[in-house]
Amino acid sequence: MIGIGIDIGSVATKGIIINGDIQKKTIVPTGWSPRDAGQAVIGKLLDLSGIDRAEVERIFVTGYGRVAFEEADKTITEIKCHARGIAELYPEVRTIIDIGGQDSKVIRLGDNGQVVDFAMNDKCAAGTGRFLQVMATALGLDVSELGDNEEPGQTLSISSMCTVFAESEIIGLLARGNPKGGIIAGLHQSVGKRVAAMARRMGVQAEVAFTGGVAINRGVQRALEQELGYAVIVSEACQYTGALGAALLASKS
Amino acid sequence: MREEYIDKFASAREINMLNIKQAKENGRKVVGIYCTYCPQELVLAAGAIPVGLCGTKEEPIAAAEEHLPRNLCPLIKSSYGFAVSDTCPYFHFSDLVIGETTCDGKKKMFEIMLDIKPVHIMQLPHLNNTQASFDLWVDELRRLKLRLEEDLKVEISNEDIWKAVEVINQEKKAMKAICDLNRADPPPLSGMDLLTIAWSRSFSSNKSEMIDNMNGLAREVNLQEKTPGEPAPRVLLTGCPVGMGSEKVIRLTEELGAHIVAMENCSGYKTLELQTDTSGDDPIIALAEKYLAIPCSCMSPNPNRLDLLNRMIDDFRVDAVIDLTWQACHTYNIEAYEVGKLVKQKGRPYLHLESDYSNSDLESIKVRIEAMLEMIEK
Repeated sequence: MIGIGIDIGSVATKGIIINGDIQKKTIVPTGWSPRDAGQAVIGKLLDLSGIDRAEVERIFVTGYGRVAFEEADKTITEIKCHARGIAELYPEVRTIIDIGGQDSKVIRLGDNGQVVDFAMNDKCAAGTGRFLQVMATALGLDVSELGDNEEPGQTLSISSMCTVFAESEIIGLLARGNPKGGIIAGLHQSVGKRVAAMARRMGVQAEVAFTGGVAINRGVQRALEQELGYAVIVSEACQYTGALGAALLASKS
Repeated sequence: MREEYIDKFASAREINMLNIKQAKENGRKVVGIYCTYCPQELVLAAGAIPVGLCGTKEEPIAAAEEHLPRNLCPLIKSSYGFAVSDTCPYFHFSDLVIGETTCDGKKKMFEIMLDIKPVHIMQLPHLNNTQASFDLWVDELRRLKLRLEEDLKVEISNEDIWKAVEVINQEKKAMKAICDLNRADPPPLSGMDLLTIAWSRSFSSNKSEMIDNMNGLAREVNLQEKTPGEPAPRVLLTGCPVGMGSEKVIRLTEELGAHIVAMENCSGYKTLELQTDTSGDDPIIALAEKYLAIPCSCMSPNPNRLDLLNRMIDDFRVDAVIDLTWQACHTYNIEAYEVGKLVKQKGRPYLHLESDYSNSDLESIKVRIEAMLEMIEK
């Protein structure tokens, strides 16, 4: 069965098309219209795979923008999709940590890859991609540059969890001449601490996988491993985990 | 017929407003109560109409925040907001208001409320397993009786109290029978139906009419043909009380295709098994026993709540449990740890939500409920 999975996140919209053993994937910025982003992803996936829209049997949609997307045959939560995606890639994983643009979650998996428990951050940007994005701007960097520019040896502790206060704190640290690399390492540590606390509250069981856009940042991975005391698996296509789960559910009856 | 009954309950708040206004004009007294710990039998025995004042709507919270801290539970802020903005006719009509020291927030709020109304505050003990606590609670009931007699200029006899005990025992029985209908699969009443009925009880100016309506509804539902519907997840709601205006978790869960089959909270089933024992001589002692047995999180320890939840999960064939804590309700928030352990031990998904009366977190609550329901997809 040919199926498409789309993950409409707050920052990026990811899509995967599955036709038997063949998978194609694409990503576009979500922008202000989750619906347009979803449409763009479908168009790109059809181009990449040379498949006709009429041949696609099911489109499953996840992510915060899923409700706005009318072409969906079914909407599924990010929680189930991340679990499904990881179960396919790393069946040994029992704990998923997902950090996206506007939320972070911890998902516990059972022996068959099913969700047995989950937790999400409360209504606040602390410990999310948005937090890092705001801080990157304050540091004159793009969020994608944070990972390569940290200096873990000089980690400066950032005590504010609140995005607005943390930004002032960073401006203060810069004004006192502190190195950027140490500040960045401190930011990663702050995200790691916040998310690790949420994970520990639920109970961490190895293996641990790290998914979502923020998982691209090696600095957050490092901080998370340090705070959790577990090695953390990051797939090359970590940002696509939700879309993969949706695509797998769509393409397998 | 069934719908007619539900409509009757839904319109109770409006209709009773007029009834109570009229009763006041005829010299009846009205006593406002906030909590299931309030022994409303004594209010009835004093010939007054007890009305529920517990705030369940967001509208008056802004007014409350002019006097109260923002990070207080929405129930206390809503209750106080209605009072201070004089936007609740039931508060307006109340000759006396009764509060209890259930939590720090409430007891200090009631002190401020004294500027607006005569408020009688009962000291509720937080242990229910010692003689000293019991004696204190008996004293508090006697003190309330005196206060009612003084303020309402009546004399309350034991016979009056026993009569009132009979009425409330009947009322609890009738409400329990309605809730128990939902042990059936599919449940005949939606969570919103249950909430409508439970919530409207507190506005009734005429208990016997209310009891008749409840018994009537139960009869109707029992006569109804059982139609096997689509199998849907059966969810139990526990935690803080819910009313009209703060029903978002019930509404979202049912919009997502699940049934709220039962509510363990104090706006639901929590007190419904408790009947006042009528075999003794002193009705005050009998009332004290009943009220102190309420399994509220303000009691320490509170094993009876876990016992009740354990039974309800089985009796109502529950697939998953949602535990709703209103922001800053420490006792329910902390007890969530024990509730979570129990529910997970029983092999059911457990979802703890912390929220307030606003709609700002509808989407994030929805995704959590949806993910929980996905866990029990058959």
